Amino acid sequence: MPSAADNLFKALADPTRRAIYERLTRDGEQTVHALTERAGVSQPMVSKHLSALKRARLVRNRRKGRETHYQARPEALAPLVDWIGHYGAFWQKKFDLLGEVLERMDK
Amino acid sequence: MTTPDTSTRSVIVEKEFPHPPEKVWRALTESSLIEQWLMRNDFQPVEGHSFQLRAEPVPNWNGVIDCQVLAVEPGRTLSYTWGTMGMESVVMFTLTPTIAGTHVRLEQSGFRPDQEANYKGAKYGWQKFMGGLERVVAGLE
Repeated sequence: MPSAADNLFKALADPTRRAIYERLTRDGEQTVHALTERAGVSQPMVSKHLSALKRARLVRNRRKGRETHYQARPEALAPLVDWIGHYGAFWQKKFDLLGEVLERMDK
Repeated sequence: MTTPDTSTRSVIVEKEFPHPPEKVWRALTESSLIEQWLMRNDFQPVEGHSFQLRAEPVPNWNGVIDCQVLAVEPGRTLSYTWGTMGMESVVMFTLTPTIAGTHVRLEQSGFRPDQEANYKGAKYGWQKFMGGLERVVAGLE
C-alpha cells in the first residue's frame, strides 16, 4: 500500500482540516480570509491546516493581488478510494483460501 | 459464488461454503486455522480481547494489523476492529445456515483515521465526510 495514502489519511484525520477541505469541495475556490471567517480558529491556524492539506496535495493555491486563493483537488482522494477498494479483492482471495482450509479440516 | 460490493464506505464479500456453520466458525475463531487462510495471529474469541494479525512486511507497510474483538456470537457473528496504515475499520462475519452448508457474509465498514477511534464527536464528522466523498468521486468519473 502506498505511502501517499498514509499522508492523505493523516491530513484528513483532523476534523477542522476536514471541515476546511469539505468547504472547498462544496463552495469552490476560497481566500484564506473567507475560510478563516467560518473555520472558528485563527488565521495562522487556518494557514497551518491549509499547508498540511497542500502537502497531501488535497488543495492547490494561487496568489491573486494580496490574497491567496485555495481550491480543492478531489482527484487527490483517489488513494483513499483505491485503498478501500483493495479490500474487496483481498477478502475474495482470503475466502478462496478459507474454502481450502475447510476442505482440509475433514481429513 | 463470491460477490464483491465495493463502495467508498464499505466492502462486502459473500460466499457459500459446503460445510456446516459449526465448522466454518472454527475456521474463523481458532488461531491455528485463522493462520492458514488469513494471517498469523494471537486471536481469542473473547469480547474486548486485543490481538494482532501479521502479514509479511512490504515497503511502506510493517504488515501489522491491530485488532480488538467487538462481538462473539458462536456460530453466528464475529466482529473485530481492524487498524493499519493510520486507518481503522470494523470487520464483521455473519454466518447463515443453508441447505448446502453455510453462507458467509463479510462486511468491512466504518473506515476512519485511527486517531479518531476514541472520540465519538469526531466520528460523525468523518462518516459525513465519507458520504460526501462518494459524491466527489462520482463527479470524477
